[in-house]
Amino acid sequence: MPGEVICRFTDVQKAFGSNVVYDGLNLEIRRGETLTIIGGSGQGKSVCLKMLIGLLKADGGSITAFGQEVTGMTETQLIDVRSRVAMLFQGGALFDSMTVAENIKYPLVEHAWGTPAEMDDRVTEVLELVDMPGVEQRKPSELSGGMKKRVALARTIAMQPEVILYDEPTTGLDPITIRRINGLILRLQERLGVTSVVVTHDMDTVFTVTDRLALVYKKHIAFTGTPDEAKNCDMRYLREFVKGGMGTLDEDLD
Amino acid sequence: MLGAFFQSMGEIVVLTSQATRELFRPPWEIKLWIAQLDQGGVQSWSITFLTAIFTGMVMASQFAIGLEPFGASLYTGKLVALGIVRELGPVLTALLVGGRVGAGFTAELGSMAVTEQIDAIRALGANPIRKLVLPRLLAMVLALPLLTVMADLVGCAGGIFITMAEVGITFRFGVEQMVETIGVADLLHGIGKSAFFGYFIAIIACWVGMNTRGGTEGVGRATTRTVVWTSITILVSDFFLTPPLPGHLRLSPRFASHLRFAPHLPRAPCPTPPQSSPKPSRKTRPPAQMPGACPAK
Repeated sequence: MPGEVICRFTDVQKAFGSNVVYDGLNLEIRRGETLTIIGGSGQGKSVCLKMLIGLLKADGGSITAFGQEVTGMTETQLIDVRSRVAMLFQGGALFDSMTVAENIKYPLVEHAWGTPAEMDDRVTEVLELVDMPGVEQRKPSELSGGMKKRVALARTIAMQPEVILYDEPTTGLDPITIRRINGLILRLQERLGVTSVVVTHDMDTVFTVTDRLALVYKKHIAFTGTPDEAKNCDMRYLREFVKGGMGTLDEDLD
Repeated sequence: MLGAFFQSMGEIVVLTSQATRELFRPPWEIKLWIAQLDQGGVQSWSITFLTAIFTGMVMASQFAIGLEPFGASLYTGKLVALGIVRELGPVLTALLVGGRVGAGFTAELGSMAVTEQIDAIRALGANPIRKLVLPRLLAMVLALPLLTVMADLVGCAGGIFITMAEVGITFRFGVEQMVETIGVADLLHGIGKSAFFGYFIAIIACWVGMNTRGGTEGVGRATTRTVVWTSITILVSDFFLTPPLPGHLRLSPRFASHLRFAPHLPRAPCPTPPQSSPKPSRKTRPPAQMPGACPAK
């Protein structure tokens, strides 16, 4: 069962020039849960994740992670937060010039995680965890989209983070691969006991992995609750959203 | 427009200070530094060589023709040497290398920025300035002066070959004339400037690359912007860098004579004509005597 609140957004504001993304974002992330954030394209779901680990600075409000205020931290101070809260980027963000093994070792080397032999063992271990054994010496350019996502996930979990942020983990993948990624998210949840925050548009992912759902709508979090609560919510936008491809196509739905 | 310019300047200054801070923070990423030195410096030798030799040859050819009516063709080597060592060597090398390496830096960092690889470096607990900017900055500040030295040598050699063909001097005379003409201060002037050019190329390329937005189209735009900005910066800064550098310092006559380089001494002795007399002029009229030129022997 989800535990105490480990990350909290309080009245957060964020704008890019004249484009206001958040005007009072309030959200809590509880230990052990899988929180899914949904919302229309360009509503700022990824911005929310990036603000949590300091990749983007909030314009106002408060963001805390493990009791520490993130908004005022320097890059050096953020290293500790980023070792506990890891992020899987939308395109994987694997380093093209490096092999799979070098990619996965990257955070281990940066944090002086262990001896070279221990790092090699860790690479093998995490690749097995994401069902990708034996690809250590391949370059990212030799991998398919789904394989890249899984290798990126292996890199994300290499440092044994407590929270994993998934930025659209299934976008652009075929249905079989989507199911495989969803299965991986669940498996990591069970085996590693991590807290997961998943940003997605994919309703299969929402209903497969989610404990709690948050909807980003009109510059703030308009709904939080379970997927079943979302289905029966009287907010029409949310009901249509969770219907996925089976919803109605209304021009006045905004 | 002006506000954006000053904001860019401010961000470049901040990036420089961050990179400088990382320079003094061990452990140093020597492997990354060497890789960038190879990519930016060693792999630029061929383009530098070609540019320098043809520039030297063209300059010599033009000066030989232009000085002939004044009977001053023998001074072609001096003009070529000074022109290359003080200006064309550093500036043309910087423009060429800036185009080649600067565009490469921006394209690489820009691609990393739009595919979130720079964000990933930060998210994985590393510092992108240490990993990406510092190695490139060091590589260019070190490599460009070395490439400039090569350009000076090759350009002067090209100048000597053409002067030999056009004016009829010997190779030995050409070399001695250039050595006599070029002072330590001239060399330092050119090499010192090139270190600044290296800094400008790297910092502009890295800053533009890291701030690239807008997918592959954005990478293309950023790369073009880098080439334009580095070229303009090199040309404009060349003007401002010229007065204060050691090229304008006067060496003491005693020191200069000791070194046998006397560029700024009261008039160096006239060059001794080569054993074989120069080719007869293509024009029949005798050369005019230039005020202050060496009397014909």
